[in-house]
Amino acid sequence: MAIRLNKKSSPYGVKVPERKFSEKSPIEPAPLPEKVVIPLQQNIGAPAQALVKKGEKVLTGQKIADSDKFVSAPIHATVSGEVSGTTMLVNPPTGQLIEALVITSDGEDRWVELNIPQNPDSLSVKEILEKVREAGIVGLGGAAFPTQVKLSPPKDKKIDTVILNGCECEPYVTSDHRVMLEFGEKVISGLNIIRKVLSPQITYIAIEDNKEDAIKHMEDLIASLGMEDLKIVPLKSKYPMGAEKTLINMVLGREVPIGGLPLDVGVVVHNVSTAKAIHDAVFEGRPLIERVVTVSGAVKSPKNLLTRFGTPIRTLIEHCGGMVGNANKVILGGPMMGIAQFDLDFPVVKGTNSILVKEDEPIRERDCISCGMCIEACPMRLMPTMLARCAKDGRYDECKEKYYIDDCFECGSCTYTCPANIPIVQYIKVAKKELAKRVPSK
Amino acid sequence: MSEVSQLLVSPGPHLWKKLSVSKIMYLVVIALLFPTGAAIHFFGYHALSVIGVSVGVAVITEYLCKKLKGQVFVMDGSAVVTGLLLALILPPLIPLWMVALGAVFSIAIAKEAFGGLGHNIFNPALAGRAFMSMSFTLEMTSWVAPTGFTADAVTTATPLGESFVWTADRLSLYQAMFLGNTAGSLGETSALFILIGGLFLVGLRLINWRIPAVYIGMVALLSFAMGQDPLFHILAGGLMIGAFFMATDYVTSPLTNRGKIVFALALGVLTILIRRFGGMPEGVCYSILFMNAITPLIDRYIKIRPYGLIQKVESAG
Repeated sequence: MAIRLNKKSSPYGVKVPERKFSEKSPIEPAPLPEKVVIPLQQNIGAPAQALVKKGEKVLTGQKIADSDKFVSAPIHATVSGEVSGTTMLVNPPTGQLIEALVITSDGEDRWVELNIPQNPDSLSVKEILEKVREAGIVGLGGAAFPTQVKLSPPKDKKIDTVILNGCECEPYVTSDHRVMLEFGEKVISGLNIIRKVLSPQITYIAIEDNKEDAIKHMEDLIASLGMEDLKIVPLKSKYPMGAEKTLINMVLGREVPIGGLPLDVGVVVHNVSTAKAIHDAVFEGRPLIERVVTVSGAVKSPKNLLTRFGTPIRTLIEHCGGMVGNANKVILGGPMMGIAQFDLDFPVVKGTNSILVKEDEPIRERDCISCGMCIEACPMRLMPTMLARCAKDGRYDECKEKYYIDDCFECGSCTYTCPANIPIVQYIKVAKKELAKRVPSK
Repeated sequence: MSEVSQLLVSPGPHLWKKLSVSKIMYLVVIALLFPTGAAIHFFGYHALSVIGVSVGVAVITEYLCKKLKGQVFVMDGSAVVTGLLLALILPPLIPLWMVALGAVFSIAIAKEAFGGLGHNIFNPALAGRAFMSMSFTLEMTSWVAPTGFTADAVTTATPLGESFVWTADRLSLYQAMFLGNTAGSLGETSALFILIGGLFLVGLRLINWRIPAVYIGMVALLSFAMGQDPLFHILAGGLMIGAFFMATDYVTSPLTNRGKIVFALALGVLTILIRRFGGMPEGVCYSILFMNAITPLIDRYIKIRPYGLIQKVESAG
């Protein structure tokens, strides 16, 4: 039986320029920062509470914050040194202020003693979940959902399929690509842990065909490990292939209900970098304190940097030779869904897969000419122009009831394609905020 | 933190396709140069003067309307498209002052009075032509055989006219109609050059192939069903230019693919009904204008099922 299945391609979405400048640059460690700023909320879910006080000495990998809520993840020190205080940061996705711990490094990077299991293969599911949680693992594809929650589906939801997501459809970003090439064994080992926990009937590894080397590498690894029940699905590169809902539809032909989760259709999707982190936690006892961050765009030399959380983005940009040309925009994440920053001292957090430096100019919005290009681009088959029109007029109820605004995950395909430069996603975000205000919180 | 104020902040995406409204408009103008070239070849100075007046007056009217409304005038090419399209669907010998009046109506009434590009209900060029048909009935139905660059004009009927006679064999008629060597509006006679321009836009994915394909297909099917010559109906009158350049107008056609197919099917039915049973020999212009009015209704009722909708209904029930 072949490991590699037939290539699939999507009729929806948009062809975006790939610009994967750093795909051939091996992962290299970023310089250890002198000072790290570690936000106490780096994931969807509850914020963590600090466990250390100002002036306290901490070791690398030491847990410094945790929460007793189910949907949460602990946070660890990423350098050894002294807690020098707290500060407030603007949390990029929500715009809310969040507390952050500041640790001044002693430059020695002394680690806590890692709890390496004697026989990791014999760990029970419960022990694995505990290790994943203690390591502070969240989804590293960008959404940063606590991983142990995703690995503990409710009893009434039968999971029959696991998809490992190596699509990386955002332009410029190459961190998952390099992780697959350089840590392929660990990715597969992590995937095996996921399979042990969820015991699916079938497991797919989905990779876009612009990463042929990664597809080949994973294929060879699977063959050499004799794990022929793992299937690789090559996908024709098209944005937003790597989005959970579109990926499930591409690979399985299933549709996640509006407002539902993948587990409602028996699927769990994990990112390749998350799988590697799971391996590190279970086999090596290592907490999640660093990740691969692609620094690309208008910098002198684009790189893939293994970066400790809390490192200011300024440090990484400088390490890549600084901004070049008339760069005036710094984005956390890719160019399609990433968030523009106003402060170069903002730190790398768990969900930061990329730092993109760009040259941009303000756009001039025109009236919609009803060309319908946004409708053809929408991976969720929505009518983005109608959402934008209703949102513009303040008809938010219509956005929800007639045009299914809840189905939109703000991938940006509509706005990318709009010839009238209408910031459709921005209007949709406004409408979602307004609608959220109306619904009384539970 | 000096750079703080210098960084640009905006919501994503931070990447745009290099396609703007003006770029689309000028690509449409390029596509229209094919039928325009055919018009000039067959009707010479008549074509040049009508096109010149129509485009010029359209652009000037747009400029004046914007000034009058206190808005910014952008030379986005949409007025050029309207002016050019209007010229191509007018008879060659139409007096130029009538052309100017038609262009003013197209831009000032059909387009700007409704709020400008994107807000008009009717295709401006077709609205202008309809206005002229009603105001100048005689001049709008006086046809001449292709003149080339000579001054002599021989009055004759268009292939759809009741008094039309063709003495040579059928094949040479098809040939004349395909190349455009018949009487008719300036740019509607040459199916070949309209096809080249239209396929250029289809190839660039700027117009949706479904509208011309379904519209023309429906006309062929219905004319065949009524015992008439389908090929003749496809090549005659304004069907080709209407299907490729008028019915595909973004603003006045439905948004979704399904809506576009319904729109095109209805266009086919209406065109054949008017041609066969109506009081006029040609029905393309009024069919499209009628369906323009129906477009908001189509957009309201003919929708696509969004991802994940059915399952929700099932699980709820």
